[in-house]
Amino acid sequence: MSAVVPGEISAAPHSGAMTARLAYRRSRIWRERTIEGVLFLAAMVSVFTTVGIVYVLVKESVVFFQTVPLRDFLTDTQWTPLFDDAHFGVMVLLSGTLTSSVVALAIAIPLGTIIAIYLSEFAPFAVREVAKPFLELLGGVPTIVYGYFALLFVTPILQWFYPELPGFNLLSAGIVMGIMIIPYVSSISEDAMRAVPMSLREGSYAMGATRFQTATRVVVPAAFSGIASAYILGISRAVGETMILAVAAGQQPNLTLNPLEPAATITAYIVQVALGDLPHGSIGYQTIFAAGLTLMLFTLACNIGGHMLRKTFREAY
Amino acid sequence: MPAVSVAAVAEPRPEAGTQPVPKAEARNLSFYYGAFRALKSLNLVVHERQVTALIGPSGCGKSTFLRCFNRMHDLYPGNRYEGEIRIYPDDMNLLEASVDPIEVRMRLSMVFQKPNPFPKSIFENVAYGLRVRGERSKRALADKVEAALRGAALWDEVKDRLQDLAFNLSGGQQQRLCIARALATDPEILLFDEPTSALDPIATASIEELIHDLKTRVTILIVTHNMQQAARVSDFTAYMYLGDLIEFGRTDELFIKPKNKQTEDYITGRFG
Amino acid sequence: MEHVRDLGQIRALIASHKRRDAVFACVGVVALMIGVLTFAALFADMALKGVPRLDWDFFTSYPSRRAGQAGILTAWVGSCLVMLTTAAVAVPLGVAAGLYLEEYAPRNWVTDIIEINITNLAGVPSIIYGLLALGLFVYQFGFGQSILSAGLTLALLILPVVIVATRESIRAIPQGIREGAYALGGTQWQVCRDHILPYSSAGILTGVIIGMARAIGETAPVITIGALTFIAFLPPAPVKAEPPFVSFEWLMSPFTVMPIQMFNWTSRPEAAFLVNAAAAGFILVLMTLAMNGLAIWLRYRLRKKIKW
Repeated sequence: MSAVVPGEISAAPHSGAMTARLAYRRSRIWRERTIEGVLFLAAMVSVFTTVGIVYVLVKESVVFFQTVPLRDFLTDTQWTPLFDDAHFGVMVLLSGTLTSSVVALAIAIPLGTIIAIYLSEFAPFAVREVAKPFLELLGGVPTIVYGYFALLFVTPILQWFYPELPGFNLLSAGIVMGIMIIPYVSSISEDAMRAVPMSLREGSYAMGATRFQTATRVVVPAAFSGIASAYILGISRAVGETMILAVAAGQQPNLTLNPLEPAATITAYIVQVALGDLPHGSIGYQTIFAAGLTLMLFTLACNIGGHMLRKTFREAY
Repeated sequence: MPAVSVAAVAEPRPEAGTQPVPKAEARNLSFYYGAFRALKSLNLVVHERQVTALIGPSGCGKSTFLRCFNRMHDLYPGNRYEGEIRIYPDDMNLLEASVDPIEVRMRLSMVFQKPNPFPKSIFENVAYGLRVRGERSKRALADKVEAALRGAALWDEVKDRLQDLAFNLSGGQQQRLCIARALATDPEILLFDEPTSALDPIATASIEELIHDLKTRVTILIVTHNMQQAARVSDFTAYMYLGDLIEFGRTDELFIKPKNKQTEDYITGRFG
Repeated sequence: MEHVRDLGQIRALIASHKRRDAVFACVGVVALMIGVLTFAALFADMALKGVPRLDWDFFTSYPSRRAGQAGILTAWVGSCLVMLTTAAVAVPLGVAAGLYLEEYAPRNWVTDIIEINITNLAGVPSIIYGLLALGLFVYQFGFGQSILSAGLTLALLILPVVIVATRESIRAIPQGIREGAYALGGTQWQVCRDHILPYSSAGILTGVIIGMARAIGETAPVITIGALTFIAFLPPAPVKAEPPFVSFEWLMSPFTVMPIQMFNWTSRPEAAFLVNAAAAGFILVLMTLAMNGLAIWLRYRLRKKIKW
């Protein structure tokens, strides 16, 4: 909408009623501008939030990196910040995040894509109308409940197959996390596929193709940028997930890529520290900000990657 | 007086003594969108290697009729066919419920109103139909793609960039690509659904020329809202109005001396 | 060109393609079933273990070291108060921001930056919001580890949801209605206040409900700002007996919320606490179901009712 406030007309000069009308118009314009200013400030809150996040993370991390050299942070193989002999190797936490995310995405991406293709190209209308809200519900369950489920339902089942599995492990948390992420992947992928115009599908069907052929050879390639951004959102979600891992994977930092072991992720570590009593300004307090900064940088990279993908492959229909 | 000048009418067909052979025939064909009867008991013969045009005002059912031939209506719920479309030489009814629509679409090809190239390379677009039919040999694919592109008068323009995305072609080129794609599978009938209505006059002219050339090799059924196009391009014309087939006959006869007053009114521009 | 059609060959080819079609349809249903079964198992697990524990005492008791006497009183009261604060902050801010972006904002770089930020913030992990709140609200602004801090944090967390819902609802209003309102001499704010906001309110409400459903279940950011996991007293009541009859002391009070109480109980090894955790979990799932269900139903009614 234009910035010109409707109602402004050129003023004809000089009469008593005219002066009153001019004064009224001026006050109205002033009011409109104020309102617009207030609304603008509300919109700017998002910018302030980002600035706030950057400020807080960087401020504490800077202090942190004055004590702990960046090289140690990146290459040390132990993470024991609260011991007397403190080590700050963030790799340890990253390994937990990485392993659990890989397990989760190995479930979420294939299943999410299959479900999206099925709902978009195969499912009858009634099935789709029920499945979509259901998937929303699946993604809306509080993560602490998923954490409980992973610890007390999934782990015992896995232990039935593999009795040596420890009570806290990354596999069980990863599996549940994967199922939780399916709705994110499937709903965005499906939206992207449904945005592909029917004329492309008709062109394929007119050539004698079946639904599966049309879906995989025409619709999915056409919706590629949307599907890729769905995957990236899934990655972002997996890396940032906290409670499922805090509850079911244990909170012991452990440098490992084996999902059958317990380990702490970046996010679970932050929770563990916050649960304890950390004096403001201590090195322990600062570690969570350094860890958070690492996490934030990765998520940012994902978002930017997704954005670039969308821009490069945007199909103009 | 007809508004169409005699010079613009397609020349009378050659080969005195060769009778046109029927390729497909609609018998008492009706079509229902739900409860609405869109086509009312149509009877029409499509002749082999001739261009048959369907003309009529908006909403008369010509596209609906065309889409019956390759069972496109099966893609959407709530539609019903009545009557038959028989295809020769095997005299099979295409509309039979027991006949697989995919099989029908393997024998007939369609070119749509708005060019709809797939988000693939030019080569892959044309090869798509062949791949669906199980063709895997690289040699065979390359040969057939080239033949199809030549048939669509597009080969010279794209032969150096077959791997480029089809989206990068102009509108007229995209439509010719879609024609090549339809030709590559050697269809028995080529269905055109208003192929030039989304194109500029120069692209339109090149497509009309193409249709003129293709006719000697393929049976063509074309829907057009542009009467003059029908007059230029077709051998037989059918005039439809509100789901009825008002008149059908040789193009030169229909345009110069229509038998039906309604046809004459439409052709002379009194309405529509 | 002679059409030598081997119909048999074509039919065999089509049959094999259709088999692949059928196989994929099965795989699709199986994939959906995995989601359904997981949800069913989760719900059943919570219900079977937790429902027997649900009684009046459970809702009205403080947490305790003895599992049998522990209740979720402080947790659900805390949740309510935090949600109240969250809604009071997120709804005005989110709707105002959405309104600005759809009706007022010019197409320039400032607007682009705002929009990029909103998209970005939607993908930031919730625990980062916790860190933001810890550094900024708790310490820098001095709000302490209080309901106010939690409410502000969660409001920022769900702000993108509310903004997007507002924008989409406003965008659905046809331009003809705006033009009619302006043509009658309305100012921009009058048109927004009298037309745009009322007509988009149902869609906005749907978005708010979804945002709140998310906020209720959020644990990580609230833990990070220091909500206590064991708290045996309630925040001061918002209503007082003497003037001015309304108190805001509760905003600065320590507190806990339902998901944190569940987390606390899940971390205890004693089986009896795990039962409590299941009960709390059941309530949480029920609430999420109810709120999401409400939002879905609202959206469905909206789609049917308003045909522009």
